[in-house]
Amino acid sequence: MTIDAARDLPDLTGHFGRFGGRFAPEALMAALDELTTAYQTAVADPAFRAELNHLLKTYAGRPSLLTEAKRFGAEAGGARILLKREDLNHTGSHKINNVLGQALLTRRMGKTRIIAETGAGQHGVATATAAALLGLECVVYMGEVDTVRQALNVARMRMLGAEVIPVKNGSRTLKDACNEAFRDWVASVQHTHYCIGSTMGPHPFPMMVRDFQRIIGVEAREQVLELTGKLPDAVVACVGGGSNAIGAFHAFIPDEDVRLYGFEAGGAGVDSGKHAATLVGGSVGVIHGMRTYLLQDDDGQTLETHSVSAGLDYPGVGPEHSWLRDTGRATYQAVTDSEAMDAFALLCRTEGIIPAIESAHALAGALRVGQELGPDATIVVCLSGRGDKDMHTAAEWFGLVEGEGSAL
Amino acid sequence: MERTEGAPAPTVATAFEKARAEGRAALVGYLPAGFPSYEGAVAAATAMVEAGCDVIEIGLPYSDPLMDGPTIQDAVHQALTGGIRITDVFRTVEAVAATGARTLVMTYWNPVDRYGVDAFARDLSSAGGCGLITPDLTPEEAEPWLAASDAYDLDRVFLVALSSTDERLAEITGVSRGFVYAASLMGVTGARSAVDTGAAHLVERTRKAMAGRSPLPVGLGLGVSTGEQAAEVAGFADGVIVGSAFIRRLLDAPSLEAGIDAVRRLTAELADGVRR
Repeated sequence: MTIDAARDLPDLTGHFGRFGGRFAPEALMAALDELTTAYQTAVADPAFRAELNHLLKTYAGRPSLLTEAKRFGAEAGGARILLKREDLNHTGSHKINNVLGQALLTRRMGKTRIIAETGAGQHGVATATAAALLGLECVVYMGEVDTVRQALNVARMRMLGAEVIPVKNGSRTLKDACNEAFRDWVASVQHTHYCIGSTMGPHPFPMMVRDFQRIIGVEAREQVLELTGKLPDAVVACVGGGSNAIGAFHAFIPDEDVRLYGFEAGGAGVDSGKHAATLVGGSVGVIHGMRTYLLQDDDGQTLETHSVSAGLDYPGVGPEHSWLRDTGRATYQAVTDSEAMDAFALLCRTEGIIPAIESAHALAGALRVGQELGPDATIVVCLSGRGDKDMHTAAEWFGLVEGEGSAL
Repeated sequence: MERTEGAPAPTVATAFEKARAEGRAALVGYLPAGFPSYEGAVAAATAMVEAGCDVIEIGLPYSDPLMDGPTIQDAVHQALTGGIRITDVFRTVEAVAATGARTLVMTYWNPVDRYGVDAFARDLSSAGGCGLITPDLTPEEAEPWLAASDAYDLDRVFLVALSSTDERLAEITGVSRGFVYAASLMGVTGARSAVDTGAAHLVERTRKAMAGRSPLPVGLGLGVSTGEQAAEVAGFADGVIVGSAFIRRLLDAPSLEAGIDAVRRLTAELADGVRR
């Protein structure tokens, strides 16, 4: 398959090469078909597109800025670093792009309730926000571990009127929140839409979420052309499920000279086994309705993942990334917790921008890519979210709490 | 239990035929391998056969059972924590099949995919298993399994749901073998106080989808936990499938022995139900 064909993926059955597809209970198949049709009809409808674009512009704050990070770039081999500022969107991350699309679709399908899984809470907050805006009932499933490390976002969701249900089984993180959301959906599908937050799950989710996030790369491509008169040398993003990354990459896939880099959560290091670097350290299997790379043992049991970042702490990855990995179009590497936190601090101190810890993985990757490509390179970094939610983790990591020594 | 060359492959269809000849529905019982322990599961399944189950489904414990409610989640978690492996699942199948009961494996797809679909079919067949029930595999993605189940003469039990369209019922029943698993409600596994009113209609629609072909038996599962419900379901389906209620007995019992006694009593109650 050629890279040109990437624009036409997935195929009609939701496959990106051998990845993706639909491994779902029969009870959901009718709803997945209904959603596919509703989505295709909606995006072909000028009125739907106009309403979505209006919300993106007047509510989410698009287009997001492209900010040059000169002092940070000096630390990245002198490369020209351009930050795609998804952190400036309403609710503080790229997640709102997808959620507004799916929330409008929910209303269009005549459904009155929306459910979501969330890791860091960014997708949950975005969903709760859109639900409040459109008058939908909202339930968010969140691993109990994550409700503790992202307590601020739990409070935000509740303020917005959503019910947050802590998930207490399995590893009590994102994957278990997904399981619980699927269990809810099987029983409630008649009146409920499951607003999946990343480019994952059974078809049509990986395609639909990608399409709603595509705007990141479309804007960035125009902005960088306007600013520099040429395409960038590289586009860099963090990858958990992979929605900000596919959003940033997609418009650049046909530009074969633009290198695409995804940075996964390396936790304590891939060799330690304590990580969430699916594409670097995983193998192909089936999880949450899709065929993709995942972290599993010899019996196909999902392995526990580890990351300082709740949003990247997931054992699978969107199927389109698996396809980009195998075709070699994109390169995926792991960034450890410490590298990510160092980059987190560096951006704060050089640019006055506090990134999400998820996005800090992309920043750490940009430091690496900058060293590799040198001072003539232009690198677009998707700054997928802001770090307010991470202050608790950062305060502990760096010892910012009164009476304790600072690590900075 | 090695199958001798030339002997017909065991199929659950014969268990349904036997029940039909006796003018009743078949009783199908589910239990995950390794729960409450390897030996405990074999002993409990054996008790279920002795007390009247016609078919046993051995669950393959999986880390992410997204179609299962809290009861099966607890049991599966216990089995995995106890260190159960796929090879132990095959040993369980072998021990249960040796009782003479038709034995299937119910599994999420990833463990089979990881093991290798053909290798899994081969090892299931040599353990004396009849086939697989696949709750998250639909015909769209089943090509490798259709080939492997043909190669090893295994039953392939797909699910139909209240939300399945007539076209899908035709497609699913068209590739099924052994029996068709009708999910009685929209939701996860677990005991319910009443059988969904749509269940009988689903069984009827499933049968209609097989009109003009040699029809497969239709078993109804999800939510059935009492003799009374079994009798009700037996009034319109060819088989009654019970899972969580057996697990609940084992979870609540003070000892394995007491649990197995309770499982035996429940089986007898259900076996009486399907004969009413």
